[in-house]
Amino acid sequence: MTAYTQLGVKDIRDGVASGDFTAREVAESFNAAVASAAELNAFIVTTPDHALTAADAVDAKRARGEDLGKMGGVPIGMKDLFATKGVQTTAASHILEGFKPEYESTVSQKLWDAGAGMLGKLNLDQFAMGSSNETSYFGNVSSPWKKDGTNAAMSPGGSSGGSSSAVAARIAPAATGTDTGGSIRQPAAFTGICGIKPTYGRCSRWGVVAFASSLDQAGPMARSVEDCAIMLEAMAGFDPKDATSLQMDVPNWEATLSADLKGKKIGIPREYRMDGTDQAILDSWEQGKAMLRDAGAEIVDVSLPHTKYALPAYYIIAPAEASSNLARYDGVRYGLRDLPDGAGLQDMYAAIRAAGFGDEVKRRVLIGTYVLSAGFYDAYYTQAQKIRTLVAQDFEKAFAECDVILAPTTPTASFPLGSLNEDPLTMYLNDVFAVPASLAGLPAMSVPATVNPDGLPLGLQLVGRPFDEQGVLNAGLAIQQRVGFEAQPEKWW
Amino acid sequence: MSVTREEVAKIASLARIKMGDEELDRMVPELNNILDWVEQLGEVDTSGVEPMTAVIPNTLRLRDDVVDAIPETSGGRREDVLANAPVAEHGFFGVPKVIE
Repeated sequence: MTAYTQLGVKDIRDGVASGDFTAREVAESFNAAVASAAELNAFIVTTPDHALTAADAVDAKRARGEDLGKMGGVPIGMKDLFATKGVQTTAASHILEGFKPEYESTVSQKLWDAGAGMLGKLNLDQFAMGSSNETSYFGNVSSPWKKDGTNAAMSPGGSSGGSSSAVAARIAPAATGTDTGGSIRQPAAFTGICGIKPTYGRCSRWGVVAFASSLDQAGPMARSVEDCAIMLEAMAGFDPKDATSLQMDVPNWEATLSADLKGKKIGIPREYRMDGTDQAILDSWEQGKAMLRDAGAEIVDVSLPHTKYALPAYYIIAPAEASSNLARYDGVRYGLRDLPDGAGLQDMYAAIRAAGFGDEVKRRVLIGTYVLSAGFYDAYYTQAQKIRTLVAQDFEKAFAECDVILAPTTPTASFPLGSLNEDPLTMYLNDVFAVPASLAGLPAMSVPATVNPDGLPLGLQLVGRPFDEQGVLNAGLAIQQRVGFEAQPEKWW
Repeated sequence: MSVTREEVAKIASLARIKMGDEELDRMVPELNNILDWVEQLGEVDTSGVEPMTAVIPNTLRLRDDVVDAIPETSGGRREDVLANAPVAEHGFFGVPKVIE
């Protein structure tokens, strides 16, 4: 019997279409794999019936000779930040525990329309705030990977850590993620998988629980560049229900994939060579350059002078937007209700939000409230938005000299859960290489590069011009073909 | 710039998050650490730089002026809107008494 759980998106879609196996067989295999992987805590709820119903619909379509869709027969994991009709949607928070949306997010609906099914809702950092998957109300997610010679539970990255853990553990062939300041790319790098954040506006934000609306973008996480291209095609597209949705056609990324980079220039940003970056990561960056040169590209040095200020600017802008977005959690329209004896409306809000938000969420709401408050707005928020302009201009200038930028995804490999909890700032530094592209709204991808001497995966990041997901995917493919990443975590769960 | 315990209590009240003494004690140094760190943004000369308003150039669209143009975001869905309310009565959201 084929081990269906070893298959990716493309293999499943093509195998179902050609009749090598049925969509139901695949869904049953993954449902069983999910059920046996409770120790990873990757899922908040599982939805085996959703996966089977979608699979049966695809098998029936095939019997009738109909088109099966871009994702026909592929069961996926859905980050629990996407509203799914009738299925609990929590953003990994207590305040939304039990919330069952009456509607479906645009991105998830597009995936179902493309023939995908849902294995369950994936765990994440609470409200997507975190880089380690330790802020979920529903418990930490473990990476399937272990550091050689140790048994400590490792971080799958965050915030899309349930997604990265599930895809790396092969209990889902692919999963949705969202990226506000690295939340697709950093977990992908930590777990040896691929993930792409498209240009801001490619994927509708309608029905995605909002964190920082000017930064939030959905994207696919899967084990190959091809699989990401296929799934992104299914997720992207104009949506009149999102005011920032791009009114552009979705390109045929999959059909246009090419690892031939002749005539392309790859930029190496000198400011990304930072203190504290692991030697193994610097080495993998050098190898990445050599691979892209081998694919026909010319390597050029570029400068992104405001890189160092991107992360602190992000930690003003994102909390500011979050403090505004999270004001909606008032216990009136949905979510947790806590009415202390004799309490008035204001006391009720304060009690609900105290009980319903975790520490990291509270921290960011307070920072956001502070930087937006009278007297501090200009010094913090306006200054940060000006720096955001400078960061975006840096990229514009760099892209006058190159087509795609190559950089590490993270400054370190994964770390044991609990090891960075002392100081929120140390945790924030994980996203130092990921945040600049987020601030500039650019398409950016992480692909597996190698495993470090501890046996942990490392990722390389590719950043492209606005709307040039193709350039990013192509460079990713060139690296993927040369790396031949075949390492898999040993099953312990 | 750093924040005092009283200021954090004020911010928490503005953000409608109830905080006890212990939580405030914990939050003050954490917030000050973060604020000290973002202080470095002051080094950057931003004179003449416009604050960013839209990350990808995009124009605000106008839709046709039609009632209920997009079914999912239109009216006539009272039951759906109230379905997740912790307290809903007579077709309304329920809240504690606001006016004495």
